[in-house]
Amino acid sequence: MNALTLSHISKRFGELVANDDISLSLDKGEVLALLGENGAGKSTLMNILFGHYVADSGSISVFGDVLPPGDPRAAIARGLGMVHQHFTLADNLSVLDNVMLGTESITRMRTSRAEALARLRSLAERFGLQINADALVRSLAVGEKQRVEILKALYRGARILILDEPTSVLTPQEATQLFATLRQLVAEGLSIIFISHKLDEVLAISHRVAVLRSGKLVFEGPTQSATKSSLARAMIGRDVESSGESRADGRRAISEKPTLLIEKISAQGEDARISLHDVSLALRAGEIVAIAGVSGNGQSLLADVLFGVERPIAGHVQLNGEPVALNASAMVKAGVARVPEDRQHVGSVGDLSVWENAILPRVSDARFSNMGLLKSNAARGYTRELVSKFDVRLSSIEHPIRKLSGGNIQKLLLGRELSESPTLIVAAQPTWGLDVGAVSFIHEELSRAAARGAAVLLISEDLDEVFALADRIAVMSRGRLGKALPTGHWTLESLGLAMAGEPSEHAGADNHAA
Amino acid sequence: MNEFLTLLGDAEFWIAVLRIATPLIFGTLGVLLCERAGVLNLGIEGILVAGAFLGWLTVYSGGGLWLGVLVAAIAGGVLGALHALLVVRLPLSQHVAGLGITLFATSLSYFAYRVVFPKVDSPPKIEPFQPMEWLGLPILSAQTPLTLLAILLVPALWYVLTRTPLGLAIRAVGESPHAVEAQGINVMHLRTGAVVAGSALMGVAGSFLTLSAFNSFFFNMVNGRGWICVALIVFASWRPGKALLGALLFAFFDAAQLRLQQSGGGALPYQLYLMLPYVLSIVALVLVARKAAYPQALMQPYVKGSR
Repeated sequence: MNALTLSHISKRFGELVANDDISLSLDKGEVLALLGENGAGKSTLMNILFGHYVADSGSISVFGDVLPPGDPRAAIARGLGMVHQHFTLADNLSVLDNVMLGTESITRMRTSRAEALARLRSLAERFGLQINADALVRSLAVGEKQRVEILKALYRGARILILDEPTSVLTPQEATQLFATLRQLVAEGLSIIFISHKLDEVLAISHRVAVLRSGKLVFEGPTQSATKSSLARAMIGRDVESSGESRADGRRAISEKPTLLIEKISAQGEDARISLHDVSLALRAGEIVAIAGVSGNGQSLLADVLFGVERPIAGHVQLNGEPVALNASAMVKAGVARVPEDRQHVGSVGDLSVWENAILPRVSDARFSNMGLLKSNAARGYTRELVSKFDVRLSSIEHPIRKLSGGNIQKLLLGRELSESPTLIVAAQPTWGLDVGAVSFIHEELSRAAARGAAVLLISEDLDEVFALADRIAVMSRGRLGKALPTGHWTLESLGLAMAGEPSEHAGADNHAA
Repeated sequence: MNEFLTLLGDAEFWIAVLRIATPLIFGTLGVLLCERAGVLNLGIEGILVAGAFLGWLTVYSGGGLWLGVLVAAIAGGVLGALHALLVVRLPLSQHVAGLGITLFATSLSYFAYRVVFPKVDSPPKIEPFQPMEWLGLPILSAQTPLTLLAILLVPALWYVLTRTPLGLAIRAVGESPHAVEAQGINVMHLRTGAVVAGSALMGVAGSFLTLSAFNSFFFNMVNGRGWICVALIVFASWRPGKALLGALLFAFFDAAQLRLQQSGGGALPYQLYLMLPYVLSIVALVLVARKAAYPQALMQPYVKGSR
């Protein structure tokens, strides 16, 4: 039976055709994976489905009834439920409050909390989604928050559930649990649209796959007939070299002396729950060491300490055998390339032009400044060089950098650091939210920098990236950094367990003879 | 010290505490409603002036006392709607718009006063609210009905915020407007409504000054009470019960300093006593507010479709 039918949906924003004549259908009890790079039109399509945008043409029907366009309430009432990538939960309210929000008429004089609680409990039981209804949302782990989002949709009677990049914030174990939940939901007759760009997941969970590219539906078919490479090809419109090949596999010359020596760093984050305890790590020239972990376990804080923007309570850092002061200007002078996690707000100044951003870390450098005056021609020339060398696509270097896509901003930020031939590169989530093309470009550049003899510290939550790039992997959990072991020692499972803070079987797995 | 103890046993003193607290209770509850919905309303000082003036003018022109209170509430609501238009709709800086409302409402009230009464030396008087002798309770019987209303508003607002779907939506919109929008509730309407209602309470707070505490309108009579409310709400952690407590605490300090000014004689300059409630409030604020959990979306404008 047809749960959802989209017919001939088109939507333009000015010049941009975001959705071009897209027709899709979803059966009852089916998982449809929706694939596409950033900007392929997935979000636009979902926004049209939920009535946040009105399509220029085309129609939507849910269980045979036409859905009135531009009416979010009607979409919810007909049984559509969305689990956003960035949760739409109020942190300081309880789980029950979050679930109840908007379910009762706003003019009612009282809430029926007891009934709501009973209903939430029975739903939780039926679908195996255990949750403490009275807990404040901010006290929950990410996986639990996602459970609340799913329960929220089910509580509203959702029969079609749309999940936007649901595993991007989860550990592999949490993801496995999510998949079990999804299978149960489907068994109960729900239909699911699963938005992702992780091909393994799509192949594992979906019955059918639809691929969007530049607003067009370029592929649709049963998952069985698709392969990873056929889907990747459909997504980006050409062959990509599999990211696994970009690893040097020990072909690089790794020196003996450490470039970076972190000794017993402890620090306290702004958020009281995040801190670092006795973090130590040695990083040698020519190697890529990855720090894996679930977001919120202290990796960002460690990056901030190494960027010189967060002061540690204890511990010190040596660079090429010399102690180095942990402040931003000392770091820049010492030749540390810094690629911050938040490229829009920390890495760049959105309203400044591309060329101004390109020289920002070295603005007082003699190349760009003469007795306090900016040498703008030199700066522009330098920027043009960067732009062509690092394949930054833009119409003018005079435009504010915020007009660039995330991938192009990241290429520029990486370029401005790598072109200085740094001895140490600290990259925090360098490919977060980027499309496949930009990701493989950045991976290549990082590998190449390591081959040139730079030490690379890669802080990443993306395990595919970690496995593809790193020579050694260390796991950060609750502010403590485990031992950096060669990549070959890890499996996805052992890494996931370590990320979840399980007592380590991983480190000495081979020491424990069965 | 002895003097202080006799003070605590003196019914007159406690009557003064409640009287001083009343406008602060209305005002702080008004701020609470605005800020729980995520909107800072620094227009409060001006709204107090406008409420005081228009409430008084209504009674002076022959309207009943309760009509005066209603007019003050409406005036507050209208100014609140203007603030909401500026900061919720447009959305401009909440600080700048709020201060603008304060300057605008204050000046307009003074100007209107001068237009109506071009040449008066002593401000014209009205017959204000009378104490509720019929109540037959100590201390409370010496208060006017507005004080009783202020105290009853505390549990009422608590009930609305914690026990109704509307209250849940208001709390949620001050924490995460995206969560509210995702449920198909209109963030603009919700925030505008909360700001209008909160500002109406501020208008009533102003009218208490001219219709109950005093019997006439004069310049500078509001004297920073609005700002006190903005500080009290942090002390109160945005909870109605604690807002009442905070208002009473400040009123206690204020009433105490008034007494000490009289009895302390010339030993210390009276400005020192005047300063006392503010200093003690700052101390209390520092002690309490370090742990304050601000509504997370306070002062964050919500633009539909953006993150």
